[in-house]
Amino acid sequence: MNVIVCIKRVPDTETRIRVAASGTAIDPAGVKYIVSPYDEFALEAALRLKESGGAAEVTAMTLGDPAAAEQLRSALAMGADRVVRLEGEPGPDGLATARVLAAELASADAGLVLFGVKAVDDDQQQIGPMVATLLDRPCVTAVAEFALEGDRVVCHREVDGGIEIVDVPLPAVVTITKGSYEPRYASLKGIMAAKKKPLEEKPAASVPARLELLRLELPPERPAGRILGEGPDAVPELVRLLREEAKVL
Amino acid sequence: MSKVLAVAEQKDGALRGAALEVVAAAADLAAGLGGEVHALSLGGPGLQGAVGELAQFGAARVLVGEHDALARYLPENYATAVAAAAREGGYAAVLFAATSQGKDLAPRVAALLDVPLATDVTALEVEDGAPLAVRPVFAGKAFARVRSSASPFLASIRPNVFQCQEREAAGVVETFTPTIGEARTRFREFRAVEGTVDVGEATVVVSGGRGMKDPAQWSVLEELRDAVGTGCALGASRAVVDAGWRPHGEQVGQTGKTVSPKLYFALGISGAIQHLAGMRTSGTIVAVNKDPDAPIFKVADYGIVGDLFEVVPRLAQEIRALGRG
Repeated sequence: MNVIVCIKRVPDTETRIRVAASGTAIDPAGVKYIVSPYDEFALEAALRLKESGGAAEVTAMTLGDPAAAEQLRSALAMGADRVVRLEGEPGPDGLATARVLAAELASADAGLVLFGVKAVDDDQQQIGPMVATLLDRPCVTAVAEFALEGDRVVCHREVDGGIEIVDVPLPAVVTITKGSYEPRYASLKGIMAAKKKPLEEKPAASVPARLELLRLELPPERPAGRILGEGPDAVPELVRLLREEAKVL
Repeated sequence: MSKVLAVAEQKDGALRGAALEVVAAAADLAAGLGGEVHALSLGGPGLQGAVGELAQFGAARVLVGEHDALARYLPENYATAVAAAAREGGYAAVLFAATSQGKDLAPRVAALLDVPLATDVTALEVEDGAPLAVRPVFAGKAFARVRSSASPFLASIRPNVFQCQEREAAGVVETFTPTIGEARTRFREFRAVEGTVDVGEATVVVSGGRGMKDPAQWSVLEELRDAVGTGCALGASRAVVDAGWRPHGEQVGQTGKTVSPKLYFALGISGAIQHLAGMRTSGTIVAVNKDPDAPIFKVADYGIVGDLFEVVPRLAQEIRALGRG
């Protein structure tokens, strides 16, 4: 069985976001880009599956502009066998992105397609289950850990109030959250090997976007707060303010 | 007429708090569009008695879809039923709660209906007769205003952001016959985590960071959580989750949950940018840190400089005293 992991190039989570002059994008000046952390967990999960004999080949795929090659190289360095870049840019319409990916995945030979539970740039948290629904495959979301059991995949989902354990038949789509799959560091050997491996590039299906980003805005600054004092003696005043001023107790 | 469908989540036969918020948000949206709200509640037999409350919070009609196959949330069954209801009703908008269930369900319904979805929305407006959504991106470091050119307009709303209030006119509760799909997801087991209130839905969050020094010290935070009582959940910074001190489910920040409780306690948390992103939309923020220059004090409404192992137990004690007074 082959596994395809869909990854996304996103700004580092330590990035201070500034809005570009267009008002609909971030200012890319000085921004460092990474593989979205949840996608890294997904890739790690795929690599471990391969190492334990559960998967034959691991492919990392992205929809992105040429700069996303950097993230595909990272995936190769971690141990992916193949990488594919679909030429295009994921926009605010998640369903359009899902359609592009589904068009490619429909004919791909993959028993398991993994996604990060969400990309940490636009936080849409919708692409995986949309792709699965479009392909009419089962999908389990927010999975902290999974294992193959015959022709099914057993998943531990992180849900409100606990862990839910479900299973679905293969082929399936699974979205991975933080849990058991702390990503490995790429070895020097892996990094060197990654430079020699081919990077496949393909045109993406053309899907019109129907969700439009009108404006990107920074949140209002919170008004300056007050330091009430030092140590436990400041507690009674804090409790009084929480009750009488903020009215939250 | 522009009707709005509110998907009202229940758990074990009881309405979730987020369900009332969805109905309330739908009522405001419907008022802007010049239409009415229908609330859809799906579940096993016996649901009808539990969801009548929705009629007091702005739903003109409460559609109750009881079926054995809906007793437990199985995504294919729920997605099929909601998509069918949305199609049959000819709604202008369909709203979900961005809970664990809503986050799983809404994208599937969007794909079935072939319309885009705005997730985790914090504000809804009507502009030129069409809905418009504001949603946080980069975990709240920025907000995106989005508009859909497709119909119905689909959105999931963030818990604890939309106000719900009882309305004067009460709606009617009706039986609804749900369309049942073919579930391929097989439920095996649910393991409840203690504390039970999810940090993403809690009205008060007590969060600990590296300043807690040792995972064994968490009893100090549990004591404060218990003093606050119902609706209070524990949270954690990335540093302590990465260190294995606390489960990821508690993590607040860009690679964890983005939360908007009424009250947020940041205890021994310095305030890394990715953590601030996840909690800055909280109503009131309280910080306790021994470093007076910690960035957390820049976003906190109230701060105390000091040893949290002295401050927090006193805080728990004072809050308990309020309850007795």
